Formats: sequence, structure tokens, C-alpha cells
Amino acid sequence: MNREAYEAVIGLEVHTHLLTRSKLFCGCSTTFGAGPNENVCPVCMGMPGVLPVLNRRAVELAIRTGLAAHCAIAPYSIFDRKSYFYPDLPKGYQISQYETPICKGGYIDLPATENGEPRRIRLTRIHIEEDAGKNIHGENASLVDFNRSGVPLIEIVSEPDLRSAEDAGAYLRQLRAILRYVDASDGKMEEGSFRCDCNVSIRKRGAKEYGVRSEIKNLNSFRFVEDAIDYEVGRQIEIVEGGGKVAQETLLWDPARKETRPMRSKEYANDYRYFPEPDLPPLIVPAEMEEKVRASMPELPADRKTRYVRELGLTEYEADVLIADRDVADYFEATLPALKNRKSAANWVMTEVLRVARDSGESFVEAVPPAAEVGALLRMVEGQKISLNAAKTAFAAMVKSGKGAEATIAALGLAQVSDESAIAAACDKVLAAEPEKVAEYRAGRDKLFGFFVGAVMKAMGGKANPKVINDILRAKLTG
Amino acid sequence: MASELNKLTIADASSKLRGREITATQLTRDCLDRIAAAEPRLHAFITVCEREALEQARAADARLAAGNAPALCGIPLGIKDIYATRGIRTTCGSRILETFVPPFDATVIERLRADGAIFVGKTNMDEFAMGSSTENSAFGPTMNPHDIGRVAGGSSGGSAAAVAAYECLGALGTDTGGSIREPASFCGVVGIKPTYSRVSRYGVVAYASSLDQVGPFARSVRDAAIIIRTLAGKDARDSTCSARPVPDYERALTGDVKGLRIGVPREFFVEGMQPEVEKSVRSALKNYESLGASTVEISLPHTGYAIAAYYLVATAEASANLARYDGIRFGLRVNAEDNIALYETTRAHGFGAEVKRRIMLGTFALSAGYYDAYYLKAQKVRTLIRNDFERAFEKCDLIVTPVAPTTAFKIGEKMNEPLTMYLSDIFTISLNLAGLPGMSIPCGHDSNNLPIGMQLIAPPFAEETILRAGDAFERTGAFKPRTPAV
Repeated sequence: MNREAYEAVIGLEVHTHLLTRSKLFCGCSTTFGAGPNENVCPVCMGMPGVLPVLNRRAVELAIRTGLAAHCAIAPYSIFDRKSYFYPDLPKGYQISQYETPICKGGYIDLPATENGEPRRIRLTRIHIEEDAGKNIHGENASLVDFNRSGVPLIEIVSEPDLRSAEDAGAYLRQLRAILRYVDASDGKMEEGSFRCDCNVSIRKRGAKEYGVRSEIKNLNSFRFVEDAIDYEVGRQIEIVEGGGKVAQETLLWDPARKETRPMRSKEYANDYRYFPEPDLPPLIVPAEMEEKVRASMPELPADRKTRYVRELGLTEYEADVLIADRDVADYFEATLPALKNRKSAANWVMTEVLRVARDSGESFVEAVPPAAEVGALLRMVEGQKISLNAAKTAFAAMVKSGKGAEATIAALGLAQVSDESAIAAACDKVLAAEPEKVAEYRAGRDKLFGFFVGAVMKAMGGKANPKVINDILRAKLTG
Repeated sequence: MASELNKLTIADASSKLRGREITATQLTRDCLDRIAAAEPRLHAFITVCEREALEQARAADARLAAGNAPALCGIPLGIKDIYATRGIRTTCGSRILETFVPPFDATVIERLRADGAIFVGKTNMDEFAMGSSTENSAFGPTMNPHDIGRVAGGSSGGSAAAVAAYECLGALGTDTGGSIREPASFCGVVGIKPTYSRVSRYGVVAYASSLDQVGPFARSVRDAAIIIRTLAGKDARDSTCSARPVPDYERALTGDVKGLRIGVPREFFVEGMQPEVEKSVRSALKNYESLGASTVEISLPHTGYAIAAYYLVATAEASANLARYDGIRFGLRVNAEDNIALYETTRAHGFGAEVKRRIMLGTFALSAGYYDAYYLKAQKVRTLIRNDFERAFEKCDLIVTPVAPTTAFKIGEKMNEPLTMYLSDIFTISLNLAGLPGMSIPCGHDSNNLPIGMQLIAPPFAEETILRAGDAFERTGAFKPRTPAV
């Protein structure tokens, strides 16, 4: 199969829960993990006669997301009813936005990778809608939990600008970063707050027209998105290479078998009969409201990256790693006060701190010691009070004990010795014990310098300041 | 027993209650006795709430004794069975909700409760308010108190009949295309549909959300004014509800209509309408002239498209509004092998013929490929109709028309001809499309002693104009409604 001759064309529709306290159209809590049907009321149960009232915070979060993704915010948009029957859909219709989304256009920039240049992925739209409940199928009965019914979602629709599974993954990670930066979403996929539909087609490299696309529905992790796209692209290429035609169909991803399979037509063949929701007035976003939201926007990942590169002297790669997660970037910045060397702080966060977070399985903020303590530790390295190795030892201890930097250094006796007379004495001892090597060095074997440094450090129990050792040794050997 | 306090107007009963001349319990008892006597012939109620009503009456009496009770404290009302009433079943005239007991109150029910009003029962109606005769009730029709061979009108026929027959002092109805005004006309009582958005719809089982409006029935314009003051006003649970302040409607009842310009639309006096209807309305117009008002002929040129537009918009909205009756969470369920079959059998058993007809119409009107030709076109017609009224109100302050082309028709007469039935609403429907307030007030009777209603129409939020004009007509004594035969 000649995979290289083909190019994949991929567009994503991402659904993500908005981080509001209450649901989109009623006051029920959105807290995850409540008992079945505890977070419900007549409105989100679709009882006769109830009416929706729009959650203002959800609108603000949608606008924040739109602004972060460079969308145009619609001053006027309406809600529509999308009709279909399903047991988890209490009203028999979902309140969504059809022809007039709250955000139009926009784009998300993907950073450069080993395989390619930075890329701009255009967005089609972002709209607000409500989530449905959840069906739980037992042996003899199905149960429905309506806690999720009415939880606010935004759907972010991209143009078909993605070309590979890796692209899709990079786009999703960038999108998640933005959503977290603007507090729109927590990005916790394990709680079902993220779902993605992928439109996938292939074409001969260089071709202008799109191929027939299939839609893979309801992928709930980045990993599944990448795997499903990879599989689907391969499947489509095989079909075309074999002389066949790709059918326009709706597919489901089976993560266990690692393959896509067509949905039964009953599962998706709906005429949704969209029409304007008569129970809600048009959603008006006055210019002042948009400006107010704009003024409250945090620094976005792209701006932060520019600042890290220009002002802190980090490389693009370092900046990308740090900004990918708002918590990490915030943490990094919290270590900086009183530090001269920003680069070593960046390295420290990227290696030591991220490793601890990754290994712990907890959330970043829960897993790592306070940023101020790491800052204090790095300040001691800068002030040559401890060695870099001592700092690493101390950091590992701090993660375990939860104690501060100073206390840990003291408890472990890691403070560095810079006392010149003590170091000079140790140097004298070493040089006196190795007269032959001293003679060799003076005869021109420069490489032996390292041997002397190591020997002095050993004599000082590893705690001596290496710079002071260097200076003293050099003076003694040349003198 | 013979006190017949149930025949009092709300205004009179309220002053007697507050003056401690009568008690809410006596008044409620008289209504319940009347209900027991008349119901076998009328069937105005689906559920009579004797125990709850007497409890409410006791509470009202305590409040009245304490003084400073609101106007509706201790007043027995009938509630159309479309309002969610906490703990009292709410059927909406349908098998599908036959056993449904809401866990919440509609906003207007909450407001009436807060004022100490008493609910004697839930009144009969066309299933899901779809109909003009109350014959579409799953629980059997309501008979007209003036002639039990005839319909009470609909869809709020139970409320109209109950008020006309003294089973209660006032009642709540809803009006989507004429469902308050037409039965008020047929039963000879006052019925008001306020401006769309004037009264909260929260807890009112939805038929057509952009047209449905809450309103009262009463035996006098003043009584209706007292009720709507309690009903109207902003509601945080209904985003379509207006925040405009609510006037004291009773203060509008000055009896003075001098200088009032009354528009008479030529499109509302049509060929084929019952001559006595036209004659009564024209004679009422003469009365207004004698009171110092002027009349002017106006034109509402798009009136002829109102029924077609209505049956697209209303059914489209209904097709979605009624999707929630799926047998999953509440109401009737007829079990079947899978989800789809469960929906089909539940809805096939639960809904009556007219409801199914309208769901299918609306589903069709919204289907892919038809939306522009039907739903969107109908919305455009709606704008034209609204513009007609706006232009007309440049020339007049109030429009007067008949409520319906005929007086109450015979039970069964139009059941097999849905289109003829739809024409009963020809004069009322355009107000719902335009969102305007309208009132039906008795202005005469035909040779069979059946009541004739006159419709008063005003610009949005000008309920006071309607009430003032209606009250002024009542005061002339030009027409005295007859006591119904039942």
C-alpha cells in the first residue's frame, strides 16, 4: 500500500463541558460524581410546562473561548431546537445553535514539530448547546441518569485543515490548553467532559478536490482520536488502492478491536428538524459585553510563548513545553522571583518538576512542591550555597516530606562549603599526596586538572564549591 | 345551601370576605355544592379538589381574620388542567398524562396561592389545548351551560363553562389561537388573553410556545382585571416574560370612553357569518358612539392568511413541545421490545386523533426541504399580520370585532371536519400571531338564547384600554347576560 501517495483531510468537531457551577438552563449543580439523578429538577428533566433560562456564565465562557481562538463574536445569535428521540434526551429535542453560532471563524496555531512547520488550523464556528443524560444498560433494563442533562457544552468545529493523526493530536492539545487558559474547561476527559467527532477523507497528494468523507463519532480521548484517524486513513487508502470507493457513512471506533465500524442507520439517520427555540429570546452580545470579557482575558498561550522567548530568553521548544499546560506555566513563573537564571528554572520545571507530576498520577498542582520552595532551592544553587546535585537530592526529599527547601537542605546537610581556607587545606593535602601527577600536569598534561578537582571534592565529602576548588587549584598548580 | 354565594362576583365576594360578612369556607362550600349538582350535566372539571379547596379556604379564613388580605384571598377559582399544580394531577386533557402529578407549581399558580386564592378543581380542555370545542378532551366533552347539546367552546371550555354555571367565581384558561376568547363567547362570560409575554408561561404545559398565553375567565370585566393583576409580571423562570411594571388594572375602569377611537376591520365581517353575531356587535358599536367614542373603518389585509400561518407555526412548535411525552420519565408508558417501539406504542395509545394530526403536520412543516416553504413562510406572514395591526393602530386606539363567526355549535357537529372547526378561530387567531391582547365580552344572544361575544383588541400592553372599554360597555346595561339553563 502506497500510503505516501495520499494525504488525509481531517476536520474535528470537539464537544467540551463548560466550567459553570450550574447547568445551562436551570440552577442544578454540574458537579461530577453525584448519585444518579441527584442533580436534577423539573427543567432538566423536561417536565411539562418548564422553560429554559440561559446561564450567563456559560455565554461568557463561550465568548472567552472564541476570543482566545480569534473568532468573531456574534452580536446576535439565536438558539434552536434539534429534535430526535432518545431516552437520555428528556425534552425530545436538544437546545443548540444551528444557523447562528455565537462565535464564527477564528483559528488555532499549532507549534512547529520535528516533522513540520508551525501551522494555522482554521475554525468554522463555536456554538453553545446543552448535554443529554446518560443511559446505563443493565441485563434486563436500561436506566437513565439525568445529572448530565442540561450541562453546558460548546462545540468547536474546525475546517478540514488537519492532515494526519498527529496533526489532530497537536490540535486537540493546543485547543485543550486554550480552554484551560480561559477557564472554559478543565479538560478532564475521564469525566466525559470531552467528546470529538472526526470527519476523515483522503485524496491523492496534490489533489484539490476533497474525497468522500466518513464521520467517526463520539471519541472520548485524544488517544482514540489519533488511533481512529490512523486506522480510518489506512482503511480508506486500502479501499481506493483496491479500486473501490469510500462510502459516506457514520462510524464508531472500537478501541478494543482497534477498528472503525459503521453505525446502524437507526442510530444516526435523523432529520433534526431544527427551528428557532421559541422559549428563549435572541442572545444579544452588546459591544460593551464583548469588551468587558476581552478585558478580563488572561494572557493566552501564544502570547506567553512570545514573552518567554523574547523576554526570558527561552528557546521555542522550552516555551512550548512550559505553556502547553497553564498550571505548568503559572508554576514556572512562580519560581522566578529573585532568580537571575530563568533558563535553569525552565529546565528545572521541564525535567525535575514535570517528571514528579508525571510519575505521581495526581494532577500537576497536587503532585508538586510549592513553586516558591522550588524557587528558593534554585536561588541557593545560584548563590552557590548548594550544588546542582544537592538540589536534586533535596527536591526528591521535598516531594516525599512536603518540607520546605531550607529545612530540607539543613536536615540533609547538603549545604555547600565555600570556605577558602578549608578548601585550600584540602588542595594542599591532595597535591602533597600526588607529587608525580603534579609534575606530569606541570609538564603539560592538562587533563589531570579534573583528577585533582575530583580528589579535592572527594576529600571535602562532595560538598565543596567546585568553582572555589577550581580557582585555588589553578593558582596552586601554576604558582 | 340556599345562600348561593357562588353567584357573587369576585369584587363583591372579596369585599364581603374582607368585611367578615361571609367566610371563604362558606363560599367554597357553595361552589363545591354547585359543582356536585351541575357536573353530571356539564363536565366542566376533570378533577375536583374538594379536600384541598376546603383546606385552602380554612387558611384563607385565618388570613382574612388577620386583616389586610389580598383581593383574591378566599376566592374559589377553576384552573384549566394545563397548569402544573404541585401535588394535584395535571392531565392536559390527555391519556398520556392521566396520572401525572407535577412536583412543582406553575408561576401563576404560585402567585394565586400566595394571594390566598382557592382552587376548586382542574377544568376540562381539549387535549393539549388543541381544539375549539373541548370535544378533544380524552375525558369527554364539556357541555355548554346555556344548552347542554352544544359545545362550550375550546380549548378552555371547562373553565368558561364552570364560570358561566357558577361553579366558581373565576377561572384560568390559556389562549393559543382563541382558546380563552372563543369559549368565553360561547358561554357568555368575560375572557382575556393578555399581550404575549405579559404573564409567565412557566408551568403551563406548552402547546405552541410563541403563541400560548395565560388569561382569566370571569363574570365581569372588573373581576377579570383583579385576576390579571395577580397573574401578570416578570418571572425569572420565563425568559420570554416581560419586565414591564404591572399597572393597577382596576384603576383603568373609569367608565369613560370619550374620544376613544374604535377601529372596525372590514375583513372581520365576512360572508357566511351568523347575522345575529354581526348585528349584536354593530349594536354594541352604536353604544360606544353614544358614550362619546368614535368608530372608523380599518383594514387588516392579511387576515385571510392567519389560519394557514397559525397551523404551520403552532403545529411546528407543538411537534417539538410534545416530543417529551415518550413514556420514559413520567406519564403513560406502553412497554415494547425496544426504545423506538416503546415511543410508538406509548404515543399511539396516549395521544388522541387531533393531537396526532397536529404533531404530524408540524413534523412535516419542519422536515428537511420543507422548512422554507412552510415554517419560514408562515413566520413571514406573521410579520405581515403584525404590521397590519401596527398600521391600523395609527388610526385607532381599540379594535372591535366579533369573537367567532357563530354562536356555540352542536356537540359532534364539526368533529369530522377539522378544517371547519379551525375556522371557529378565524377572528381570534391573528391576535396570537401578532402577540396582541384581546378580550371577549358578552354583547348579545341569538334566537336560541345562545351568548354572542364581542372582541376588543388593543396594541401590545394596552390591556387597560380593553378593560376600560369593556367595563364601560357593561355599565351601560345595554346587554345583560342571561343566567344559563343549567
